[in-house]
Amino acid sequence: MILSFTLDGEPRTLDLDPGLRAVDVLREHCGVTAPKEGCGTGECGACAVLVDGEVRLSCLMLAAQLDGRTVTTARGLGGAGPHPVQEALADRGGVQCGFCTPGVAVTAAAFLERHPDPTRAEIRDALSGNLCRCTGYHKIVDAVEDAAERMRKERGGRK
Amino acid sequence: MSPLPSMGSRSRRFDAPDKALGRERFAADEYPENLLWAGALRAGAPHGLVRGVDTARAEAMPGVVAVLTAGDVPGANRQGFIYWDMPVLCGDKVRHAGDPVALVVAETREILAEALLAIEPDIEPLPVVDGLDAALAPDAPRVHDLETGNVLKQATVRKGDARAALDRCDVVIEETFFTPQQAHCFLETENGTARMDAAGIIHMTVSTQSPFRDRYEVGQALGIPQERLHVIAPFLGGGFGGKDGVTVQCLLALAAMHAGGRPVKMWWSREESLLAGYKRHAARMRFRLGAGADGALRALVCDLDYDTGAYAHLGVEIMALGLEHASGPYRVETLEANGRCVYTNNPVAGAFRGFGVAQVSFAFEGMMDRLADRLGMDPLELRLQNAIRRGDRNGVGVAMTASTGMAECLAGLREHPLWRTRGAWVREAPPLTRRGVGVAAVLNGMGYGRGLADMAVAKVRLTVDGRFRIYNGVSDMGQGNSPTFVRMACHVLNQDESGMELVQPDTDRSHPSGSAAAGRTTYTYGKALIRACEAMRDKLLHRAAMALLVDDVADLELAPGAVRHPATGRALPLALLGSKLHPDDRCCVSEAMMPVTRDVPEGGEAFRLGFPHLIFPYAAHLARVEVDELTGRVAVADYVAFTDGGRVLDPQTYEQQVQGAVAQGLGYALWEDCAAEGGRLLATDLSTYVIPGAGDLPDIESHAVETVEESGPFGMKGIGEVGMNGPLPAVASALLRMGLPMTRAPFTPERILAALGGDDS
Repeated sequence: MILSFTLDGEPRTLDLDPGLRAVDVLREHCGVTAPKEGCGTGECGACAVLVDGEVRLSCLMLAAQLDGRTVTTARGLGGAGPHPVQEALADRGGVQCGFCTPGVAVTAAAFLERHPDPTRAEIRDALSGNLCRCTGYHKIVDAVEDAAERMRKERGGRK
Repeated sequence: MSPLPSMGSRSRRFDAPDKALGRERFAADEYPENLLWAGALRAGAPHGLVRGVDTARAEAMPGVVAVLTAGDVPGANRQGFIYWDMPVLCGDKVRHAGDPVALVVAETREILAEALLAIEPDIEPLPVVDGLDAALAPDAPRVHDLETGNVLKQATVRKGDARAALDRCDVVIEETFFTPQQAHCFLETENGTARMDAAGIIHMTVSTQSPFRDRYEVGQALGIPQERLHVIAPFLGGGFGGKDGVTVQCLLALAAMHAGGRPVKMWWSREESLLAGYKRHAARMRFRLGAGADGALRALVCDLDYDTGAYAHLGVEIMALGLEHASGPYRVETLEANGRCVYTNNPVAGAFRGFGVAQVSFAFEGMMDRLADRLGMDPLELRLQNAIRRGDRNGVGVAMTASTGMAECLAGLREHPLWRTRGAWVREAPPLTRRGVGVAAVLNGMGYGRGLADMAVAKVRLTVDGRFRIYNGVSDMGQGNSPTFVRMACHVLNQDESGMELVQPDTDRSHPSGSAAAGRTTYTYGKALIRACEAMRDKLLHRAAMALLVDDVADLELAPGAVRHPATGRALPLALLGSKLHPDDRCCVSEAMMPVTRDVPEGGEAFRLGFPHLIFPYAAHLARVEVDELTGRVAVADYVAFTDGGRVLDPQTYEQQVQGAVAQGLGYALWEDCAAEGGRLLATDLSTYVIPGAGDLPDIESHAVETVEESGPFGMKGIGEVGMNGPLPAVASALLRMGLPMTRAPFTPERILAALGGDDS
């Protein structure tokens, strides 16, 4: 099956078995390894990507479901540079081993689009599908709070 | 040595930006061209004799490159690096359900999965040794052919005559504690790629904590000279001890030998990781603690049984640390600690952060709480009264000559608002909710201990374009040792991080520096790196003296990107220096070793390796805990940790270690139980093995108690492990104060409800 989709801003056309998992299409066939696989069963969130702006777990999607879509991974989340969430994760110590980080970044970025001024409890709730075994989440929550502030300032600056 | 300039600052880790952008390449991200996939067929049966393995159907499948069984393994077919008891592929017997009986190499993952299903192993079941009781029963079936039955190692360490002292104590407390198997659950499961080149050298990129020792282990297991094994260890997606020792390596190297020179990838699924990966040892700990009416600890007698599962891995060394830490961070006049490391048909237990100590921390702190209760003393004051201080001898008689900040940690906690207001907080509990505030005091020996040189070899190079490249020799599994190395090198060489490059361990490029383990990575490699950087600085000043026509190198200084002569303002750019020096002259290599104690505990001679320790980080933890009386659910509302890790090099990385360890420890306390029934794991994925999520944990407040560890780089000591040991006893301490004396972890709602009904089973 010929699949056409946009991946991190670049058009891609591939001839692939539509039954492949989307995470494998992205990682193996497109060479974009930002989405990670931590469980393969939709529990850890490491493979999270944005599909037409919505958070989706690429380990639970089939290749065919990418056709015609716009897919954004942590690699392309901020466009040309890093997304404020990624800057904040790096600055605030939200990154340790880094394997869950791309999924956390994608999830948090989508969350902040809808919740520009969240509480820590709301952030924790939003990240409940992203398992991290290194940080204990404290600094990830710090980072998402910080990113919210950065994004509010950016918006304010544009006015 | 002057403090690092970054002390107190919270600048980002060197490795963080690439990781946040998803650009860092982990072992799992390697997909070389023309890739083959390898996978193992697991026994399924926990104990049995292998009558045969019918591979005919699998071999006949199109796209199957090789199907291998025990007969195809060259060399000893034994891995394990101390006891060498674990087959690469089982040919005669399987000892746990995750034992591999066949290895398949195939063109695609899909073909691999089909081929594994097509293999028919013929395993004659044997009675299953499903735990400590079954293993230690008279006439128990033997997991291995040992004269000692299923007891791999039995040992006793003593200080004085604890039994006699126990008889003379005013108060004697007795209790038995149980801890479960715990799974590491690093997000990046065990994986790697391997390729054998035309010269017969096998190149492997593996998620491993021990790349250099892997060469030895794989070499022995497969009969390959070590120099034909090249191991690269990129940043790991977590390790925590579960990648200390081979996981995929032997199978992967074997697969590469049958792949016709093509690269082979093996990546365990989460289910396979749970089934075949290493675990924390389940333990049973019977403690008897005797004290004076004044609360002075007079005698401790304990019996520790560690379930090492089907193979030894580091089980004996882990049990040794249990014995060594059995009396906790306290002055105890006499001690008798008896340990047994026992084979069963459970999953293989091995290294895990808090290596044997996380278990006994539950027990010794449980005893302190019970003693405080019995004596009517404040539990924190009792701990402070008995806290080990510099100059004391610890429970196994080793003199504490290094930094010893236990009392300072407890003193910090005593003044903390959450401790001072505990009474009011408990009284204000909402209806049907019980509240308690618990404390725990813990420690964890740093480094390998005596008998196994804790050494590292650091290498730093001036590149031809004038940058400095650090060749890390100890894996970075996320703990941040390598970004800390960059910070140290920047300090000694007076450079900005923009002038630094960092190479992760590679057996062809960096030097053997031991495993990423035991809270040693920053300490030992850091010490070596400081020396290497000092040698580099000295070298460059001398080389620059020639070019700048300066008579005394003392008149020169290293500056970012240049060697400067402040008196004249002249400077020699490092890029120019780099381009002029011979490659051999642009490199400095230095080594360092961790000091060990000369004290030999009575009975300690039973352990050749890793016992006892000289330097200990300490911690005091506080947990505010709520119990829902209707559901039995336990929630940790607030958490505070005071940690003595010597001087703090980087507050952010320090807090990361504390918070991450506390999270793992709270998982251990409340949810995580990698239980097997009849040798078969009940958990198959992350919905049945539950690790804490963002909503399950409180914010974790971290305070550093800055002692100075004179032997350490910039005065630091490693805190990777100590934080793991506090949460389980701190939560138990809170529960005890609510009238819930828990002796079995984790504290599931079922167990809490039973305890509310007066039953702790």
